[in-house]
Amino acid sequence: MLVAISGCEQRLSTVHPAGPAAEAIATLWWVMLIGATAIFLLVAVLLVLAFRRGEGPSGPEAETRRERVWILGLGLGFTLTVLAALTIYGLVIGERLLASPQPGLVTVRAEGAQWVWRFSYADAPGRVTEGVLHIPAGRPVDVEITTADVIHSFWAPRLAGKLDAIPGHVNVLRIEADTPGDYAGVSAEFNGRGYTNHRFTVRAHDEAAWDAFLRGETR
Amino acid sequence: MNALRRHRELERIWSSRPGWRGKLTTVNNNDIGLMFLFTAATFFVIAGILAMLIRAQLATPRSVFMGPEIYNQVFTMHGTIMMFLFAIPLFEGLTIYLLPKMLGTRDLAFPRLSAFGFWCYAFGGSLLIFSLLAGIAPESGWFMYPPLSSTLGSPGINPDFWLLGITFVEISAISAAVEIVVTVLIYRAPGMSLDKLPIFAWYMLVVAVMILTGFPPLILGSLLLELERAFGMPFFQVEAGGDSLLWQHLFWLFGHPEVYIIFLPAAGVVSTVLPVMARTTLLGYGWVVAAAASLGVLSFGLWVHHMYATGIPHMGLAFFSAASTLVAVPTGVQIFAWIGTIWKGRPEMHLPMLWILAFFATFVMGGLTGVMVAMVPFDWQSHDTYFVVAHFHYVLVGGFVFPMLAGLYYWLPHFTGRKRYFRLGETAFWLIVLGFHGTFLLLHWAGLLGMRRRIDSIEPGSGWELINLLASIGGFVMAIGFALVLIDVGVNAAVAVRGRRNPWRAATLEWAMPAPSPSYNLASLPKVLSRYPLYDDPDLPLRIARGEGLLGNPRSGLREILTVEIASGRPNYLVIFPTNSALPIVMALITGGFFVGMLIKAYWLLPLSVLAVTALAVWWAWSLGSSEDEGPQPVGHGLALPPASEMERSPGWWGSLFLLLANGVFFGSLLFGYAFLWTVAPNWPPPTLLEPGLAGPLLALGGAALAFGGIRLADRAVRRDAAPWLGLLLSLAGLAALAAAAVTVLARTTHNAHAYDATLWVVAGYVLFHATVAGLMTVFLTLRASAGYLSRVGEVRVVRLWTDYAAIAALLGLGAAWLPVALS
Repeated sequence: MLVAISGCEQRLSTVHPAGPAAEAIATLWWVMLIGATAIFLLVAVLLVLAFRRGEGPSGPEAETRRERVWILGLGLGFTLTVLAALTIYGLVIGERLLASPQPGLVTVRAEGAQWVWRFSYADAPGRVTEGVLHIPAGRPVDVEITTADVIHSFWAPRLAGKLDAIPGHVNVLRIEADTPGDYAGVSAEFNGRGYTNHRFTVRAHDEAAWDAFLRGETR
Repeated sequence: MNALRRHRELERIWSSRPGWRGKLTTVNNNDIGLMFLFTAATFFVIAGILAMLIRAQLATPRSVFMGPEIYNQVFTMHGTIMMFLFAIPLFEGLTIYLLPKMLGTRDLAFPRLSAFGFWCYAFGGSLLIFSLLAGIAPESGWFMYPPLSSTLGSPGINPDFWLLGITFVEISAISAAVEIVVTVLIYRAPGMSLDKLPIFAWYMLVVAVMILTGFPPLILGSLLLELERAFGMPFFQVEAGGDSLLWQHLFWLFGHPEVYIIFLPAAGVVSTVLPVMARTTLLGYGWVVAAAASLGVLSFGLWVHHMYATGIPHMGLAFFSAASTLVAVPTGVQIFAWIGTIWKGRPEMHLPMLWILAFFATFVMGGLTGVMVAMVPFDWQSHDTYFVVAHFHYVLVGGFVFPMLAGLYYWLPHFTGRKRYFRLGETAFWLIVLGFHGTFLLLHWAGLLGMRRRIDSIEPGSGWELINLLASIGGFVMAIGFALVLIDVGVNAAVAVRGRRNPWRAATLEWAMPAPSPSYNLASLPKVLSRYPLYDDPDLPLRIARGEGLLGNPRSGLREILTVEIASGRPNYLVIFPTNSALPIVMALITGGFFVGMLIKAYWLLPLSVLAVTALAVWWAWSLGSSEDEGPQPVGHGLALPPASEMERSPGWWGSLFLLLANGVFFGSLLFGYAFLWTVAPNWPPPTLLEPGLAGPLLALGGAALAFGGIRLADRAVRRDAAPWLGLLLSLAGLAALAAAAVTVLARTTHNAHAYDATLWVVAGYVLFHATVAGLMTVFLTLRASAGYLSRVGEVRVVRLWTDYAAIAALLGLGAAWLPVALS
């Protein structure tokens, strides 16, 4: 089942999300980009104006007034306000992306090794796939991530952020694909000479195909 | 004595021996500062060539220029050299050169330590370059995560070059930091109270304290990983109770402060240069100092933001995310204080100012993307992609290299004594700035399109090809720009016309001397009345040269300098500095023998080099001080000051105090690692726990009490002109008991059985080491007393500090080793 993905250039793109987690983060990015551009322009304008005006008044009173405007107002007040708002927004999104209990949740396991990914399935005990992770589309999936050797990181950018595979630990990442299809995944923590080609595919099935996979009819 | 005769006499006293051989034995801050700068520039060129190799590889898809075994070495060494062998030594060199001048004194606090630090840096760095040339360089990335960097992922010698070479180099960072702190605190011009410090000195004080608290976790991590690789002590191997996450904590506990350790000196340069370029004074001096200090403190609370993707609970991440954004506040305060300073003055557009503007544009963008990656969810996507690569190049190049270029062109007349005549610098400016943004701006986007960092090739159809081609072109443009800067500096240093003193009309004391700077820096030490001494008195340079300040009349060949009270800047003691010596370079060479012995597993070299270093250290210390009680000496203006080495708070005491601060952080990190493994690592508790027994704890308690009491008894005896023998003997016995207590722990554990055993070995080894060091110092003191050197309490106080430290470390460390069984 080789689904041709529209625009091969977006296979690993975080700004072409195909699931709720990647979607939320992409939105966060666009918001931050707009905010950052505005702040950058503000600083640039202040700098340009600094060169266009003459020397200001001097004396201790003028100095105190300047400190109030530049340091208390802009330096402390402005930065604190912007950063507080952004931090809260970021934390709310992060909280929403956590692997919380949900109906229809599917659990799979991903084990990284130099340089292959092996996947197993709670709903199909004994079933192991190599290089392709099968999931149902439209349902939340918890990926339990671990490693057989060094540190790796599980990353399917169009579905969700990345999470590391650390020896002795199991990390759980919530992913979800909105529609059936193939989604590219890569190892995203440098792991030696085979790093560049340490890839996998997340194959999201519709309901019928997922049942067929669980019954062992799909390879 | 007229000005010229004074100059000749002081030159004779303070200068190094003539010719290149003189550089081997020099201990003068002018020489050593420049040697640091030249060496750092050399490493910059090497790492820059590596960067060009990276860009050549990634310019086109499926490049076969380098295979992964070479490419991985190239990017690992690019990062390693830039961070450890270029950025830190560069600002250290600048500081070593400038700081005594700005503070209105003649040299740094410990001249031979400066030289020792430089040679450790040069030799350690050479080890790394050797590995690169031999094709056996580290290849696990500059942050060296185990297990990839341990025996499992890298069985060869490659990571050992990193662990040992960098640790060797770090000796220079620690020694420079101790020097900077002590110099800023007590070596200043008379009258320069803390509120009159040049702003650069405040920044460097913060940076130096950060080095002392930030580097020890890395040194500890490197030691543990090397012990794991060499002797199988499983600190990071999960099956034997280790945890690879421990490395990440230790590394980033260093690695994040490190970013600010690199940024703050550059910010200090901006705070110094920008007001001069704007023909005014810095707006909000006190606020800027507070911002720098709070940046230093906050930077220790956000190391985990490099570990968002390691599975740490989200609430924990929330704390670190908030801390990571909070750190942007003092940065914002500084940025706006600088812009406000330009508003206040009449800005002039000289080349240093151009670089500062490039810094603003670039660093603000890097700071904003930094806030973005501090957002946990966004980091889950951008972590380990080219978005992060672009971000930190904006911060490091924009926030460090550009201000340093501003500083280079600002102080170039000071280094060369010439007026910049050839104007290649302006061309270079545009090439570098445009080349830089051409390289990195679009790489943010490549990262968002999924381009991971450290991949050795890009594939066709990925959507990243055009961006990478443009980035490579931009990179080569930037490289040409940097080459032009080097040529520009070389040409202007060699053949430009002589310039006048203080060409920028600056207010700080480094401009109050002839350029290039004489070896003694200031012919006499002026009285400082405000933050801007040259604005108060434009004739100050003349009066300094005429010897109107303190110490204007050099005494028979002695390198004289004076210390001041910390807060008020009132002169209090006289110090005689050591002269040119081969001791630092020889000691660094022998220290190198230790590291090379570890590297090539020639373990017989280790005890030999330890013995030789000890012997040299005794020689080093013996040559200080004087056997006669000289009493107050005249320093000019009718003032007479007693020699500092005899005082309770001698410069050596201050140096020891700050060295022990770093040492305490090292030990604290070790105990943190112990607690971390106990609570987080999977295979705990260990199969068998150490039984304390009775002998060990008794030895430890009794030993600590004896050492503690004995050295105080000796201290009292010396103050009363009585014989200190009994106290010294008791203290020595106490230290021996502490060592014996540590040995009981070693005897009852197997070093490689479990991470628990391995950790106890390091803890006990640490206690043993410090008991031995304090013991050797006590023996040294006994010899000094019998040779008649101990008429005052100065040296006793230094040994007392080390003895107390050894006793406390023993109680804490061994206590932590015995506690689990005692509690169960």
